[in-house]
This record gives sequence, C-alpha cells and structure tokens, in this order.
Amino acid sequence: GKAVCCPRVRVLLVLLLRRSFKKFRAGITTQICASLLCRHAPPARYGGRHTVTLIPGDGIGPELAKHVCELFRFCCVPVDFEVVNVDSTKTSEDDINNAIMAIRRNGVALKGNIETNHNLPPSHKSRNSLLRTTLDLYASVMHSQSLPGVRTHHRNIDIITIRENTEGEYSSLEHESVPGVVECLKIITRTKSLRIADYAFRTAREKGRRRVTAIHKANIMSLGDGLFLECCKEVASGYPEITFNSMIVDNTTMQLVSRPQQFDVMVMPNLYGNVVSNVCAGLVGGPGLVPGANYGENYAVFETGTRNTGKSIANRNTANPTAMLLASCLLLDHLKLHGYASMIRKAILSTITDSQLHTADLGGKGSTSEMVQSIMDAIQSSGPRTQRH
Amino acid sequence: SPVPCRSASSLALILFRAFLTCPDACVFQMVQDPTQFDVLVMPNLYGDILSDLCAGLIGGLGVTPSGNIGANGVAIFESVHGTAPDIAGMDLANPTALLLSAVMMLRHMGLHDHADKIQTACFDTIRDKKVRLKSLLGGLQYFCSFKSKFQTMKAACL
Repeated sequence: GKAVCCPRVRVLLVLLLRRSFKKFRAGITTQICASLLCRHAPPARYGGRHTVTLIPGDGIGPELAKHVCELFRFCCVPVDFEVVNVDSTKTSEDDINNAIMAIRRNGVALKGNIETNHNLPPSHKSRNSLLRTTLDLYASVMHSQSLPGVRTHHRNIDIITIRENTEGEYSSLEHESVPGVVECLKIITRTKSLRIADYAFRTAREKGRRRVTAIHKANIMSLGDGLFLECCKEVASGYPEITFNSMIVDNTTMQLVSRPQQFDVMVMPNLYGNVVSNVCAGLVGGPGLVPGANYGENYAVFETGTRNTGKSIANRNTANPTAMLLASCLLLDHLKLHGYASMIRKAILSTITDSQLHTADLGGKGSTSEMVQSIMDAIQSSGPRTQRH
Repeated sequence: SPVPCRSASSLALILFRAFLTCPDACVFQMVQDPTQFDVLVMPNLYGDILSDLCAGLIGGLGVTPSGNIGANGVAIFESVHGTAPDIAGMDLANPTALLLSAVMMLRHMGLHDHADKIQTACFDTIRDKKVRLKSLLGGLQYFCSFKSKFQTMKAACL
C-alpha cells in the first residue's frame, strides 16, 4: 500500500500499464483486421451463370466493353452482363446511384472510366470516386509486369501496387475560408491504414511475395503519413516471413525509373498510389497494358489500371484492348472461373508477342479489332470451349 | 489556378498544355517519352515527386542542379543529393550537381559567357571516357576522383 502511494512507483506503474495496453491494443487490432477481411462476398449465380454489372464509361470504354462481351460470347464464358450506362455530362446522381445499386446486387463489376467534367461546379464529385467510396472499395491493386514482346527500357519488372482507395487526399474536403486561399484536407485514419496494410501483407503472403515497401512522405507529413507508416510497421510484425521496408515517395519515383526490379509489393496512401502505379504502368509499356482491380469487403470492380478514358482515341479502333481484356481475366478469376481466365490470358500474351499486331501506344499500326480477332484465333486453335461461327 | 498560367502563355506565345489529370497522366508519359516535355509548373508536392522522377531519368541526384528563386532576385542554388559523410574528405564525391547549380547561379546573375564555358567543360568531361564515373543511383554514391575531373574541366575551359 505504501509502495503504491509513493509517486515514483505510481509513475512507473502507469508507464508499464500504458506500454502493455499499447501492445495489447496493437495485437487485438491486427487480429480484428485479419478476421474482418477482405472476405469477398459470393457473387450472384443463377443456373450456373454469373451476372456482372458492366459500366462502359466514356472515351474508349464502350468499344472495349463491346470487345469483352464479344470475346466472352466466343469463349462461352458463363457470364451475363447487366449494362448500366452513366452519363458523365449530367449533374444528377441518378445514373451513378443506379450503377452502385446494380453492383450491390451482383457483387462484381467491369468498368470503363467515367469522365469527370471539370466545367461543372466543385460540388460535382467524380463519379468514379463516388463509386469507390460508396461501395468501400478500399484496395486498388495493380500488377505491373514486363510482358514478352513489348520493348521497354527496363525488363523483369514484377510489381504489385496496393493503393488505399477511399481516403487520403481524395476525401474531397476543400474549403476557401479567405478568397484566394484554399485548404484541402488529407484524411489518414488508423482503421483504414491498418486495413490496407493488412490487405497488402495478406496479398504478399498468398502470392508468395518476399517484400512489402510502404511509400510515404512522413518526413514532411509526420502526423498523417507518420500514422500510415506506424500502422504498416504494426501489421508487418505479424508477418515475420515478409521483409518490410519504407521509402519516401520522391525517392521511390527516382528508384522506380532507375532500378525498378528492387520492388516487389508496394503499399501506399491514395495520392502516392495514383502516381506510383502510373509510373509502374509507364515502365512496363503504358496504360494500354495494365489491368486494375478494386476490392472491398463485399464487392469487387475491375477496370484498366491507370483509369484513363482515352478520349482522344475514342471510336478510332486504335485503342489497346489488352488492359481491359486482362481486367476481364481478373474478373473471371474472382468468379473462380480460372479455366476461362487462363485460356484468355494465355491467348492475350501470345498475341502481344506479335509486334505486327501492336497498337499505336506500343509503336505499331495494328487496330483494336485485329488484336481481338487474333486473340480469338489463338483461343480457337487451343481447343474446346469456343463457339463456332 | 490555371488562369494566370493561361494568360501568361498567351502573352509570351508559349504553348501551354494543361494536364488536367496531372500528375498521373503526366508521369506515365514522362516515363515513356520524357522528350515531349519542356517546362513543367506544378504545386509543391507534385513538384517534389516529379523532380525526383526526372532526376532519376537523367542519371540521379548526383548530376541534377537546382535553384530556389524568391522575390526581388533572391535565390539559393544547391545540389539536392545527400551529404554522403562516408566519402567526405576522400576526393571521391561527384562535383557535377553543385557545379551545374553554380552554372544556374551564374545565369541568374546574367554571367552567361562564364556559365556556358563551365557547362560545356562539365558536359565534355562527363563524356570523356578517361574520367570514369562509377555510379549507383538513389542515395548511393558516385565515385570519381574530383581532382582529376577538376583538372580535366580546367583544361577544357582554357
């Protein structure tokens, strides 16, 4: 009793309790996150067929969506698309709400990028961002891999970028308290940082990856990015077989263009993810080649990795269909239709080795339809599961 | 705000191209074909990221000069690589970044002839196979004998 009353002992006791509580909380939090998930909800399935929401979007989206439908029909893939158009010129949110409801119903979607009209007032939110945040698609995953037949400065690149998709600089919280002075809030929360870090480490473990690198700017944003980094370190302690390191975002871009092979899995907040994943896409050959996936607890949406509308090349039959077609393969994997996914992916990769078929973004003169036809021919020659015309 | 940029470009008849989805649309084009870019202007954070990306494209921070310009002609020019304490005082540091920063300073002061001379000598010395630059990028060090490089440059200047 007397010992506890002594102030020095009391201080020591408090410090000890605080330290053990912190460890306890960290342990519990990591466990909660691990159990909470990324449990993908089972997609809709009637009569052995899956219903998938298809949002064509703007620019090259509609023509690429058409090619996906054509290819799936050709391969007899048991997927029916529910097409939901979103008109990017309208200020009303009815279209995007319909799309969100369709995705809630079906659980999974394939999407083209929806143009964000910058001439509309600031209150008009990006439709793509609205979709991601409403459905809580918290992990944007992009796998940038050197492809055979595509000439790039660097070879043997195989990087998975995992970007937090729902907070950070994209929180759309801006205000102008004084005319000419705008404040923009970047939101970093412990819950979402732990969640994305856990997703990254689990993905690394599932895919047999060795290293996870957290990208940050904690030297400047010591509270915001500092919290993100701290959460990553906490989660890392639960995965001893995976090496964890961190890198400042500006150094990261420099390292990426000089020695990209050093990176394996990268996890980062929203804006850095945008920049870094686009750098990775550029390194492996451009936006026409890399698919992207957005995962949430209950829904998954697949699209091209760099999320471009490609407005300047729309309807000219010159867009590279690879990214969208590989995204549709990711979709098939998500639906556990691995056979169809492998068959289509193999055909795409064999087509891309033929430089005669390369589209303009790869320095060739091929057309979109020629590439898709070549993919179908490759599938035809590989055996059954195709419709004969 | 894009308005001042646009009005400045119309006055100077300079082609102005706004990457509305900058920096993401900009970075993959930068990686694939950096020669399409000339002058880039952007806010602080994007500048931090893009300037290091561009430095990586040309050979790293060891060869990248920089300057900080303020009002009334106040300016500080500096190299942006690290302090490299492990090779300090050993005649191994690559002087290129700081020398080219000094060249920027001379241009800022209007001493273009001197700036041109030193810049040409510097580029010729880098091209010169006798002075070997063993380089590793990104926080790593350039190894080169400063003395021999300086002597080669001095000879090129004269």
